[in-house]
Amino acid sequence: MSTQMHSAPASTPLPSGRAPLRSQRQLPRFAAAGIFAAGIVVGAGLSALTGFSIALTVIYGVVLGTLAVYVVSRLVEGGRKATDRLVTSLVGTAFAIAMIPLVWLVWTVLSRGLRRLDGAFFNSSMQGIIGDGGGAYHAIMGTLIVTGITAVISVPIGLLTAIYLVEYGRGRLAKAITFFVDVMTGIPSIVAGLFAYALFVLFFGPGVRLGIMGAVALAVLMIPVVVRSCEEVLKLVSNELREASYALGVPKWRTILKVVLPTSIAGLGTGITLAIARVIGETAPLLITVGITNATNLDPFDGRMATLPVYAYYQLTQPGVPPEFAIDRAWTAALILIMLVMALNVVARLITRLFAPKTGR
Amino acid sequence: MAALIALVVATPLAVAIALYITHYAPRRLAAGMGYVIDLLAAIPSVVYGFWGIASLAPALVPFYAWAADHLGFIPLFAGPASVTGRTMLTAGLVLAVMILPIISAISREVFTQAPALHREAALALGATRWEMIKMAVLPYGKSGIIGGAMLGLGRALGETLAIAIVLSASGGITFNLISNSNPSTIAANIALQFPESTGLAVNTLIASGLALFLITLAVNMLARWVVNRRADFSGAN
Repeated sequence: MSTQMHSAPASTPLPSGRAPLRSQRQLPRFAAAGIFAAGIVVGAGLSALTGFSIALTVIYGVVLGTLAVYVVSRLVEGGRKATDRLVTSLVGTAFAIAMIPLVWLVWTVLSRGLRRLDGAFFNSSMQGIIGDGGGAYHAIMGTLIVTGITAVISVPIGLLTAIYLVEYGRGRLAKAITFFVDVMTGIPSIVAGLFAYALFVLFFGPGVRLGIMGAVALAVLMIPVVVRSCEEVLKLVSNELREASYALGVPKWRTILKVVLPTSIAGLGTGITLAIARVIGETAPLLITVGITNATNLDPFDGRMATLPVYAYYQLTQPGVPPEFAIDRAWTAALILIMLVMALNVVARLITRLFAPKTGR
Repeated sequence: MAALIALVVATPLAVAIALYITHYAPRRLAAGMGYVIDLLAAIPSVVYGFWGIASLAPALVPFYAWAADHLGFIPLFAGPASVTGRTMLTAGLVLAVMILPIISAISREVFTQAPALHREAALALGATRWEMIKMAVLPYGKSGIIGGAMLGLGRALGETLAIAIVLSASGGITFNLISNSNPSTIAANIALQFPESTGLAVNTLIASGLALFLITLAVNMLARWVVNRRADFSGAN
């Protein structure tokens, strides 16, 4: 585009809009970046005047650089191009601002979590631990058990609902289900926890804490997500495949089983994996329904269990004395949680890649 | 309140991210960054809470002191400033960081769906990139952005533990963003008090949960309505 390199002569700035075509000036390609860099240098100088700090340098530099680019571009290229450059740098700046906390977060968790990422953390529970040592064996197992039960409950329900919506559902009922599934995906997690608690109190009396309760609460959160993603995937299966199957005289249920599901298996796997990744980090409902314990409890029908997010939460907020060991444990638990979520995401990607249908398209 | 702050801070940034990824960033970089943003959307909220109290709150303390000194005439910034940084504004910023990936993921989806013909037509008529975005992409994606922001608001309203960890809550209601005494939020209140309460207190908490449920239900229905309306009007399908 801008291969013609004008040397930006300081001609009279033409009023934008009325400018004849020939007089369109362009800044050389790297001028904008150069001016921006100059702005940052000036910004560094300014902040050096008032006591040097990196934050001030960046703020001054970005503001000055943006302004300088805008003004120069306005003088040389006219208003429209100047606005374009202004917006480009604004969008870039906003992107940078938004990335700062995200990168910062990952870095903090990594640097603080690595301190206790050792064998003992995976091998021992918190029973009888005061101060140093201890681990999250019980919490990791609890998380795996509760999430596993959740998946067992919600995957069949969610998948079958999605099949109903795509293949059978017609009219008002299907519309109502779709709408409420949509709305339920945004339900606050703690409300799901309260629901499960209220439900189980009816049967077991007040004050009950069970692993299975947590699984029910998480299932309430997970089913809409599964339905939603499976529905999207099933909709992608082209109608020609179904019609070809019907034309061969295959009944509907067999068509679904032998044609629709195998075609969409990759998408279904991805959707379900991502749904699991989403509920595995939920803390609030587990805080209410499962509680926390220091001992290893692998039976979801009997008493409190520890789960990783709740474990991390309690280690951070009620560290005991001396606090630093518990806080280290909390960060490590957070790190493991993130790694679990990332791993599930990667698995989802792999499923997409490996099981993608081999179509002739 | 914290949810509102989060929304105000997060929405423009999220839209900017989405624009950057869809229209400004180099193609190969964009795919990677979209993936990273999606990953961040999946980070558990308790981790955001950790980060808020350990990194963000101390970093904001000097800013609060400065704001109390210089902006004290605005009621929102009336002193005395908190020395721990566990304030309403911090909570709002943590929430903003949290809902940022969600809103930007949705906006990104909408922006990439903007009809290529419109965009190319705008460029062919000599529009600069910004004019193209303003004329072809934003009008098309407007309701998508609003819908995404509403879903983000729904998530921020229901967010529990990030708030419970970051905010040092007290009973009173103030509109002061930077002091030590803060009103709590429904969800955080439930999470903090539920493990210790019995009898009628449990019922109170469940009732407040019902109120929260109704609010988020209303917000979500509104968001869905806005998003669905676009599908009717766009004529793209």
